[in-house]
Amino acid sequence: MGQKVKEPRYHIVKRADISKREAWTIRIIAILAALLLCAIITMVCTGDNPISIFVTIFKGAFGTQRKTWITLQYVAILLIISLALTPAFKMQFWNVGGEGQVLMGGLAAAACMITLADKLPNAVVIILMIVSSILAGAIWGVIPAIFKALWNTNETLSTLMMNYIATQLVAYFTIVWEVPKGSGKIGIINQNSNVGWLPNIGNKYLLSIIVAAVVTIGMFIYLKFTKHGYEIEVVGESQNTARYVGISVEKVVIRTMLLSGAICGLAGLLLVGGINHTITTTISAGQGFTGVMVSWLAKFNPVAMIFTSLLIIFMSRGASEISTAFELNQSFADILTGIILFFIIGCEFFIRYKIVVRKDLGKEDA
Amino acid sequence: MFSLVAFIPRAVQQGVPLLFGSTGETITEKSGNLNLGIPGVMYVGAISGVIGSFFYEQSVPSGNLNGFFAIFIPLICALIGSLLMGLLYCFLTVSLRANQNVTGLAMTTFGIGFGNFFGGSLIKLAGADVPSISLSATSAYFSKSLPFASKAGWFGKVFLSYGFLAYVAIIIALICAYVLRKTRVGLHLRAVGEDPAAADAAGINVKKYKYVSTCLGCMIAGLGGLYYVMDYACGVWSNDAFGDRGWLAIALVIFTIWKPDIGILSSILFGGLYILYLYLPSGTHTEYKELYKMIPYIVTLVVLVITSMRNKKEDQPPKSLGTNYFREER
Repeated sequence: MGQKVKEPRYHIVKRADISKREAWTIRIIAILAALLLCAIITMVCTGDNPISIFVTIFKGAFGTQRKTWITLQYVAILLIISLALTPAFKMQFWNVGGEGQVLMGGLAAAACMITLADKLPNAVVIILMIVSSILAGAIWGVIPAIFKALWNTNETLSTLMMNYIATQLVAYFTIVWEVPKGSGKIGIINQNSNVGWLPNIGNKYLLSIIVAAVVTIGMFIYLKFTKHGYEIEVVGESQNTARYVGISVEKVVIRTMLLSGAICGLAGLLLVGGINHTITTTISAGQGFTGVMVSWLAKFNPVAMIFTSLLIIFMSRGASEISTAFELNQSFADILTGIILFFIIGCEFFIRYKIVVRKDLGKEDA
Repeated sequence: MFSLVAFIPRAVQQGVPLLFGSTGETITEKSGNLNLGIPGVMYVGAISGVIGSFFYEQSVPSGNLNGFFAIFIPLICALIGSLLMGLLYCFLTVSLRANQNVTGLAMTTFGIGFGNFFGGSLIKLAGADVPSISLSATSAYFSKSLPFASKAGWFGKVFLSYGFLAYVAIIIALICAYVLRKTRVGLHLRAVGEDPAAADAAGINVKKYKYVSTCLGCMIAGLGGLYYVMDYACGVWSNDAFGDRGWLAIALVIFTIWKPDIGILSSILFGGLYILYLYLPSGTHTEYKELYKMIPYIVTLVVLVITSMRNKKEDQPPKSLGTNYFREER
């Protein structure tokens, strides 16, 4: 008789539905736990007490008016990139090529600024910049989409490769246009004439923020209330269903990636024409990848993305303030950001599933 | 003058980290996990080894290094560091079923940050009295080639002039290829990657296979980082020096159509492509070098597209690549 069937003590079931309040409680607990761990790590590294660490983080992000504006500007750019990637993710197309699409947009803008500066009036140059950078981003985004549509090529890997091809293209043109020759960088473009510099609205930070707001609202409406948005959602849920109801999956993939790349190109335009006035291979600073996480953390909801991108930028600006204050390496920010991401990624499990512990525990022999 | 005998060893030295990375990623992907955290894992592997040997070199007076410990300590540290990264990835994606792309990218952010942070702050944190991390003594043990290599002429230079980790890389790749193709374990692993539901129904422990293969994969990839810093870079850590080799390793997995033994030659080919720009004529136009650096990525993209065009069954990615398995999901 003595044979005992080993039964697991718990099992995992999918939650049918969870109230928004509960979901956010879980997320906030995860973020607090992550912050606690970050504080402990920072304490070990710096020997400072946690409260002054958080004061330093806050100061780094919002300490002065200028810092606040810069933080908001960073948030705006990251938000635009994340929004750009979102429609692709919603149809389960893993566009990790944001980096390349931003670079191509920036490259196109820089090309207009450099080659057309003396030939055309400023307004025309700016219009050409806008058109060409959006176009360049869109082209860079649509190439992997065409491969996907025609031959079902794995998009994660092809967009990844496109990033590096774009990086090298930028590196190539950096040397072609370098000023002065041999310096290996372009420097500020049109420093005296300011041709192609996007106009300042109010102050020099506000333009990106306004564009980000417009894109956020636009994307929200596009995804939620338009036919295109609905088609994206159906394709993302099930390609077979989409085909069955007569949606051309290939068409949706290509169209959505055109849009995704175009908005990335727009971010590149802002980076080159509005903020840095130069181009380097690292101008997007990994935000094409960070955008993937921002978008996913917000569950592809454009409005929630405002908060997730703010959280990421807040932490990274704050952490870089800590590293300056304690003479640590700037990469400290990446570690803290990574930890927070792990916690948030992990906590999604508890939102989607629940663990059911067996009720008759301890009465196994019954 | 272009000399093949001089070129090949340099290509191999470039190729070895890629081979470690791609072998590790291949067995990871065979279990259906697309680990985009490999670049981060390789950084962690490298810096863990550096930390281990840094403290070892600090603890003994110079010149008194014990050869066994000088190799053993960094090796174990690198393996443990990358194993922890692997466990983290598995815990998040297999146990908690988090999205693999997002987890992988977060791991890359974290890993590169971790490497650069400790690379830049280790001296300050340890309070050591040295200007920079330069582990030349340890590195000498790692890059020691066979004693008769220098006497064997061109043959020695092309085949025997490498540190022991280079040969380890090739052996690991061969073992992985054998295990994947010829053994029951390999068959089960491939089944898990192709169709976890069917594998589960056949009584294969899907979770166990995913965990073990991903962790092993990370450990192998971590060795690539260790080889880079200890052998290729002569024990000198400099931030971001490892560069985008991690992504190139992932690209190599596609290029080798998920076969580690093909990886041996292709990694050397990639290593060659990676440094080809140094040899191609560009005259006064240094900008062309930047275009030449594009070649490995374009080649990978072309291979990726061609394999998907031909649509041959044997050349496809594992079918469940990138998706998580939950038994109760329909």
